Amino acid sequence: MSWTKKHLLDIESLTADEIITVLDTARGFKAVGERAIKKVPALRGKTVVNLFVEPSTRTRISFELAAQRLSADIVNFSAEASSFKKGETLKDTALNLEALNADFIIIRHSASGAPHFLTRVVDAHVINAGDGAHEHPTQALLDVFTIREKKGRIAGLNVTILGDILYSRVARSDIWALTKLGANVTLCGPSTLVPKTFEKMGCRVTHDVDEAIRDADIINLLRIQHERQRKTMFPSIGEYTQLFGLNKARLAKTRSDALIMHPGPINRGVEIDSEIADCGRSVILEQVTNGLAVRMAVLFLVNGGKAPSEVAA
Amino acid sequence: MPDPVVILDAVAIQRALTRIAHEITERNENSAEVVLAGIPSAGVPLAQRLGAILSGIWKHPVPVGSLDISMHRDDLDHRTAPHVHPTDMPFDVNHKTVVLVDDVLFRGRTARAAMDALNDFGRPKKIQLAVLVDRGHRELPIKADFIGKNVPTSLDETIDVLLTEAGATQDQVLLKKK
Repeated sequence: MSWTKKHLLDIESLTADEIITVLDTARGFKAVGERAIKKVPALRGKTVVNLFVEPSTRTRISFELAAQRLSADIVNFSAEASSFKKGETLKDTALNLEALNADFIIIRHSASGAPHFLTRVVDAHVINAGDGAHEHPTQALLDVFTIREKKGRIAGLNVTILGDILYSRVARSDIWALTKLGANVTLCGPSTLVPKTFEKMGCRVTHDVDEAIRDADIINLLRIQHERQRKTMFPSIGEYTQLFGLNKARLAKTRSDALIMHPGPINRGVEIDSEIADCGRSVILEQVTNGLAVRMAVLFLVNGGKAPSEVAA
Repeated sequence: MPDPVVILDAVAIQRALTRIAHEITERNENSAEVVLAGIPSAGVPLAQRLGAILSGIWKHPVPVGSLDISMHRDDLDHRTAPHVHPTDMPFDVNHKTVVLVDDVLFRGRTARAAMDALNDFGRPKKIQLAVLVDRGHRELPIKADFIGKNVPTSLDETIDVLLTEAGATQDQVLLKKK
């Protein structure tokens, strides 16, 4: 039971113990969301800024609600309607937010490492809501929270991540979190999007989808990130769906208790059949519910994230 | 460092809880209105023990819940984030007399946070406070309705309540010098 970090920048630098601390804390916050009064005063008087330089619906709304349920004030900032358009740098924008006494900056940015950069220029707590293809730590935390809640454990489970791994920050964060907690991770997708180099992160790489999902306890599907692919990595969407899309026939050959996850946004009819997305084995919407609890837990923990020496006895 | 002093042993803890239970029955004539809410972590098993004794006296089950107060603390800015325990209030608190149960009453900040946390569940008719040990040093205008033992302490001492439910080999309340 320990949390002394001031920021949440990535999963790579977290210990298994710290990840478990977030999951345990989130459990308490999930219960808050089920009450008649869904608000607690933990962050009363704090200001949270959602600095989203890349589009997002789920993550931004989730952080917004999380901050509100902790009684913080929240300001939303989107690149489209900001001075980024007038040429202001990220550093200057951040310094201006700090001049307005922002206590937390939640940042999504297309450049990997943007949140780490922010911690060097501002004093606020920084939370990474997705940086380029690097990491999306709260998504991984909500994924492992959902798996632990559904399966009762993480260690020893077979988790298959299927789709665009190369351009996916979710995949990287998921791999870190799952391997730290002892799951067996298999990556699958077109060889251009799932290079063998990922084996260095401690997972198995295969390009045979039926083999990849046969013994899986969890099938985590990822969207094709068209916005990040500078050149076409496979011949056509139709061919991708044919070779790697999760359809009824493929699902029939998996374990009957295998769960289907997806971080969203889902592209129905591409990586997943519409029917499967809505079936009983899909926990896609529960992931969204759990995401709110996990983000409340993260805000709560980093607020108290003081090194032991800073804490008065 | 001097050895810890045992201020309550298992028998004395049980006797104190039995006495508190009888005091609760004296103060609350309508037994159907009484519910117990333990404050984690040690307050929860104490509330369950009190609930069992009260059920025996009143000949009907007495509802027992657990009320986590970590999100209502007033010192969240001054310390590492506390451990969040589950809150489980399996009853309606409206029009009820809620007896908050904790192991040690010290500065009174936990009791204040507990009353705040209780507001999220409704408007109890009355709130009462039962503690196993009152060690003094209040920082808020709060006092307990039911006290197992008054223990005058100095600020460099700590009180440890060890209960078998929490994995201790035997029930004990220890006074230690820091």
